[in-house]
Amino acid sequence: MAAADAILVADKIAVRFETAEGPVTAVDDVSFKVRPGEFLSVIGPSGCGKSTLFNVIGGLLSHHQGVVSVGGEMINGPHKSIGMVFQEESTFPWRNVTDNVAFPLELVGMPRDKRIERARHFIALVGLDGFENRYPGELSGGMRQRVSLARTLASEPKILLMDEPFAALDEQTRLLLGDKVLQIQQQLKQTTLLITHNITEAVQMSDRILVMTYRPGKVKRIVDIDLPRPRSSEIVTSEAFGRYVAQIWNDLREEASRGMRDEESHALHHHGAGA
Amino acid sequence: MTDAALPTPRPPRGNFAPRVVGLATIVAGLLLAELLIRTGLINRFIVPPPSEVIEAFRRIIVEEHIFGRFLTTAAECLVAGILLTLFGVAGGVLMHRFKLLQQACETWVASVAAAPLVIMYPLFLVVFGRNALTIIMMGFISGLPPSILKTIEGIFATRKVLVNVGRSFNLTGTQQFRKILFPAALPTIFVGVRLGLIFALINIVGTEFLINYGGLGALITDLAERYDLAGTYAAICFVILVSVLFFLALEKVERWLRPVD
Repeated sequence: MAAADAILVADKIAVRFETAEGPVTAVDDVSFKVRPGEFLSVIGPSGCGKSTLFNVIGGLLSHHQGVVSVGGEMINGPHKSIGMVFQEESTFPWRNVTDNVAFPLELVGMPRDKRIERARHFIALVGLDGFENRYPGELSGGMRQRVSLARTLASEPKILLMDEPFAALDEQTRLLLGDKVLQIQQQLKQTTLLITHNITEAVQMSDRILVMTYRPGKVKRIVDIDLPRPRSSEIVTSEAFGRYVAQIWNDLREEASRGMRDEESHALHHHGAGA
Repeated sequence: MTDAALPTPRPPRGNFAPRVVGLATIVAGLLLAELLIRTGLINRFIVPPPSEVIEAFRRIIVEEHIFGRFLTTAAECLVAGILLTLFGVAGGVLMHRFKLLQQACETWVASVAAAPLVIMYPLFLVVFGRNALTIIMMGFISGLPPSILKTIEGIFATRKVLVNVGRSFNLTGTQQFRKILFPAALPTIFVGVRLGLIFALINIVGTEFLINYGGLGALITDLAERYDLAGTYAAICFVILVSVLFFLALEKVERWLRPVD
């Protein structure tokens, strides 16, 4: 893919952290491109630097090497073209659903009547009509994540960047919310970059999946997902879906095992040192 | 977590059971005290029977003009409360903003919070004179530390993900504070203001008592010196009433600023 065709380009991203046990390379030489309207998932075992990559692309982490550019413009910090949805619950508990979703519109100075109207549009889009005046404390975890998603969509970003947004949800809710995200992505033709460790979720939603290695996180392989669209959670029962899941699991198994062994030896070392 | 909306546990409207039980507990306590005093198990020259205290209300209202005293103490508390909120929150915000200031001052602010400041009343008398200002300043100074400390704690305890949401929307420092840090810290700030008000009320009544000037504290001195025990206890009930009123008002303000947690 030529860089000119891409809306998001990550070029040779590397991140190193100083720790008590010496420098650790979390992400090393990660390069990829995302086309407009594409759904790309980044998948990898725990500790492969997925969240670090999320923070680099979102502009929340500045001490990295390499370049991130959006529409040809190099970015170094949070950018209005990138809307982020976080793994942890991130609604504002002191604002009701409408005011949460209207938050980015308030920041750009949109008049109250207009921003409420816009917020209601996005609330309906995530299927929360009727809950406009509820507070996050009155909603379930899945509904709160939908509020966060609607809030990010309300800022009309060119790229939706999500870090394991369904990680804290149960499997059924996760599948149904996956449906909702797919439906919205297809409706808005929203370029989306999903960070996840869930293979089913990645295959269900993506056009391409970038598989990462265990620490240091590098690009192991990029898999094209040639499943028909529009998709829904029903696709998980298809044979082709199963083949993709198996293929990606083959790629990931070695990395996940390496991660597990590394964590075990780390724990043993610490236990030994502490004993 | 599931995707079903969770019903919010709220007591149904018109459920007066907790209030009735609360009131019944007080009545039972008073009846027990009355019994213990009348049977001589508690010395009536130390604690008067509740029935005598209730009788004394009429007397202190008519003869001692307690409502005027009540208003004086309440007004002093209100002014001290406003001051400790304004300066406490501002102090906490500044100490959060400037790390050096926090490192330099937090320990001694915490020490002041634990110190019995009421013993400094002679100094305040010299500086402000024997008037309401001394009483207000005693209340203000003693209530200030918890207000500062809880403001710092509240701001620092803001969940990192909320700060990151602000950063992802490219908020300026002021916006980050106004739209995220301050509202997130509000419940903890209110804990500080409540604590500050407790300290302020104790010190205000204590100073009135010590310098025999102003509201309820001064009246309690008078009544105690006259050995009017029933009247003294009745006046103490009005001190409790000031505290209750301030707490109810503060709860209303908190609910107004932050309707649901």
